[in-house]
Amino acid sequence: MAETAAAEKTQYQGQMHLLQKEMMGRYFERVTRAAEKSEGKAVYMLISGNPVELIQAFDLIPVYPEIDALQLAVKKSALPFILKAEELGYSMDNCAYVKADVGLFLGDRKTPFATIPLPSLILCNYVGCNVYLQWFEHLAEYCDGQLYNLDIPFLRDPSGQPSPEDITYVVRQLEEVIEICERLTGKKLDYARLKGIVSRSSETGEMWSRIKALTKNIPSPFDAYFDSVTMMAPLYCLRGTEEGVRFFETALKEMEEKVRMGVGPLPEERFRFVIEGPPPWPYLRTFRDLFSKWGAVAVASTYSTVGGLWEFGFRHDANHPLESIAQHMLQWNVTNRNFLQRYQQIRRYVEEWHADALVIHSVKSCRLFSAGQGDMREYFTKELNVPTLLIESDIEDPRYFSEAQLKNRIDAFFESLEHKKIVRAGGEAGGAA
Amino acid sequence: MIYAAGIDVGSTQTKGIILNDKFEIIARALTDTGAYVTRAAERCFVEALQASAVKREDVTYVVGTGYGRYKVTFGDAQITEISCHARGASYLFPNTRTVIDMGGQDAKGIKIGIDGDVKDFVMNDKCAAGTGRFLASAAEALGMGLGDIGEISLKAKNPVRLTTVCTVFVESDIMSYLAQGKKTKDILGGVHSAIAARTISLIRRVGIEPEVTFTGGVSLNIGMVRALEQKLGMKLNVSPDSHFVGALGASIFALERATKAVSSFESQVSSPTRNPKLETRNLDREVT
Repeated sequence: MAETAAAEKTQYQGQMHLLQKEMMGRYFERVTRAAEKSEGKAVYMLISGNPVELIQAFDLIPVYPEIDALQLAVKKSALPFILKAEELGYSMDNCAYVKADVGLFLGDRKTPFATIPLPSLILCNYVGCNVYLQWFEHLAEYCDGQLYNLDIPFLRDPSGQPSPEDITYVVRQLEEVIEICERLTGKKLDYARLKGIVSRSSETGEMWSRIKALTKNIPSPFDAYFDSVTMMAPLYCLRGTEEGVRFFETALKEMEEKVRMGVGPLPEERFRFVIEGPPPWPYLRTFRDLFSKWGAVAVASTYSTVGGLWEFGFRHDANHPLESIAQHMLQWNVTNRNFLQRYQQIRRYVEEWHADALVIHSVKSCRLFSAGQGDMREYFTKELNVPTLLIESDIEDPRYFSEAQLKNRIDAFFESLEHKKIVRAGGEAGGAA
Repeated sequence: MIYAAGIDVGSTQTKGIILNDKFEIIARALTDTGAYVTRAAERCFVEALQASAVKREDVTYVVGTGYGRYKVTFGDAQITEISCHARGASYLFPNTRTVIDMGGQDAKGIKIGIDGDVKDFVMNDKCAAGTGRFLASAAEALGMGLGDIGEISLKAKNPVRLTTVCTVFVESDIMSYLAQGKKTKDILGGVHSAIAARTISLIRRVGIEPEVTFTGGVSLNIGMVRALEQKLGMKLNVSPDSHFVGALGASIFALERATKAVSSFESQVSSPTRNPKLETRNLDREVT
């Protein structure tokens, strides 16, 4: 059963991957210099709707503990840190991003990719997750650091829009953050510079959006899950910088070229799927191969919108920098939206990106993001008749990844999709098995 | 004569079936899987060959299924047991629309179409509640054989309400009931009832449409059959071959492929311009 595809070991690397490695390498060098040589000051932030533009405007270094944690997982070195946090009393059921980061934070903060500096400011820019809120409170307590909680209201109106008061409420807080950054750096905010940065963010959003639309092509030029994660790091760490713009220009050019040549990430695209949920970082390659074996390519993913949702039209506005940052934080990232909006996002992906199926990867660490995925499965399977697979492991903790169980479910799912394809194709395919 | 075999390497037991070209079962074999999975698969195949008096070289196609399917080193293809159970169940009971499969480590619900294709499926996640392993733990805690507990559970007058369906904690739960002086049959009644309830809530996610066929090793347990029937309010199809349904489905896939391979080979012989190697590879994909 499609075992022929498995025989061809796919090398997923392309120009974009190499450039990302180079640029993120420089970013981590900068992070390390801040830690080891006190060159520059670090601001800890969360990915969800991050206001990185403000941080760039003060030449502060954005540090995302989530990225540090996931990098540890990718490098297969998260478990000792998780266990350390558990020894301190963090529960087995606690988010493993938090545990890996706390374990790291309380040691020498050295990792295989960087040394993580102590924070000059802990900016909790996402309060939708109570665990995250406490995570940053813990970090602040451990280092006696300065903490600012940016209170971002959930989108609670059925229209899915923030109210004008919501925007004002967030803008006022951003102004407080600016005051803190001014004290921290001893510099007044250069408003013209902020406008330039926001303008580059807008440019980046435009290119990222165009890149994401390219996966509507058949074959899709890249995998919108496994390759999108490569583009997400520059999106969060380099957004608003010249380097960030250059990265997305290169990526867009490369992907457009792939579309022209009609090539995708696999030798043959046999199935197109939409995927919901974050990836299992400790076993990313193994997980990808489970799909590649079937010629299955992700054409859209909700995970690639946790930090920002650009593909449906949002752009930062250099004429209203703070208001547009507030809008980004309130409305234009998947985590601050209600569940029905997430349904609609996925539905659009399935329909407009021509997908055969939906795969939901539920993660044990994040019950906030995963709660309701059973209902989501029901909705897509029973109401929309979209074949849906629900599988479970974890974003960070390698102990929750059971390859045999995942493989069994993924194989069975694609076996049944293959059967449907043959039935649809009628007698041409040589008869159904 | 063409023969085909299906080998289902489960977490606990390995099952084998050989079919003749009329889709008739001519041999069954059953062996414990143990630590040496490849050997178990081989042993099972050899036993099935001996039981059928078919020569190894006469078996044209072998499909491996179950967790150890990639350890069926002599197999021609691997197919998950989900597809195989669906196919096997609809062979035994052609009106099957829902399959409940309870094995050593898995509980599954499979919704199937009229030709035995998988429409949807659900499985237990990261938890052995509702599986054969849970019943084995309960039997061990009571010092009884796994084969006896089903019958005994049917005699329960006041089944206990189990506070856990956790396979690890069920032993201490049972100990606590024994300490309270509860009768063994009532404890077992509670065990079967709890597992049936848990399994049904799992299966409901795909929707329960009659006829329902119960497969896997646990279907041999009459207590579980009755507990499920009572809670579902309908009769379940259970075959004496229910334990072999995965292997049976695999052998059906194998026979279909064997038949195709032979006819394809014949057409290649009559058409020398074709590349036989390419044909075989494409065929593998098409008949999946």
